[in-house]
Amino acid sequence: MRQAYTWGGILVIVVASVVGDILLARAMKQVGDVHDLWRRAGLWTVVGRTLANPNFFLGVAAMAVAFFSLLFALSWGDVSLVAPAAASLTFIGNAFAARIFLHEKVDRRRWIAATLVAAGVALLAG
Amino acid sequence: MTLRKYLVLAGVTVFAAAGDSMLSHGMKQAGNISLHQLQGVILAVLNPWVAIGIVLLLAFFASYMNALSWADLTYVLPATSLGYVLLALVAKFVLHEQVSPLRWLGIALISGGVGFVAGGPALTSAPHDSQSALDLAPRADLPATAKVETVTVPLQATAGSPRLKPLGMTNRSDRSEL
Repeated sequence: MRQAYTWGGILVIVVASVVGDILLARAMKQVGDVHDLWRRAGLWTVVGRTLANPNFFLGVAAMAVAFFSLLFALSWGDVSLVAPAAASLTFIGNAFAARIFLHEKVDRRRWIAATLVAAGVALLAG
Repeated sequence: MTLRKYLVLAGVTVFAAAGDSMLSHGMKQAGNISLHQLQGVILAVLNPWVAIGIVLLLAFFASYMNALSWADLTYVLPATSLGYVLLALVAKFVLHEQVSPLRWLGIALISGGVGFVAGGPALTSAPHDSQSALDLAPRADLPATAKVETVTVPLQATAGSPRLKPLGMTNRSDRSEL
C-alpha cells in the first residue's frame, strides 16, 4: 500500500512538472525573444509581458504543486527512489508533451538525448 | 547561437547547481522542520546559506525563462541536467568525495545526451502566436500616408529567383542560427 502511495506521488510530481514546463515554455514563446524585446522596449516591458501572461502563472502554480507533491512523496518513499524516478520520467514526459503541445520537432536526435539524460539522471541520483 | 545565448544556458546550469547546493547546506544547518511548526521555515530563510540559495535559484529561474523564450523546451532541459554533472564533479574534485562507477556512467550518459541535443537546432517550433510577431503587424491607428502600398511583382520577375517570403518570416534553418 505504501509503495502504491509512493508511485502515485511520483506520478503526480511528473504530471505537474511536465504541465509546468509546457506552460512556462508556451508563456515565454508568447512573450517573444527576451534579448530582442529588452533591446527594443526595455527590461520593464519584458517583466510586464511575462507577468501579464496567464500561462506563466499557471506554469508556476503547476511547479508549486510538483514541489509539494515531492515533499509528500518523500515522506512515503525513499529519496533514492522518488528523486531519480521523478526526474527521469519528467524528461521523457517533457519530450512527449513538447511534441504534442508545443509542436517541437522531437527528432531521433532529441529522443536519444532525452533517453540518455533520463538514464544518466537515474544513475546519478540513485 | 551567439555567445550571449551560450552564457544564458551556462547560467541555467550553474545557478541551478549552486542554488541547490547552498539550499541543501543551509537546511542541514537549520535542522528538521515539521508541518506543525511552519515558523521554522521563516527562521530557515534567515540562514545566510538558505538566503543565498534562494537568490541563486531566482537567477536560475530568470535564466531558464530567458532560454525558453528563444529555444525549444527539449533543447533547454538537457542543459539543466548538466547541473547534476557539475555537482558530481564538485563533489569529486573540490570536496574529495567518492564518486561510484555507476555515477561516472550517469555523468557520461548525461554528457552524451547534451552533446546530441547541442549539435541540432535550438528552435524547431514556429512562434506563430508570439506577441513580438504581432508588433510587426501594421497598426490601424497609423495615418493612411504611413501605410506601405502593395506592389505587384510580375510573375516573370520571380521565376528562378529564391522564393519570396513575407517580412518577419525566415526559414527554420535561419532561425536556428539566431
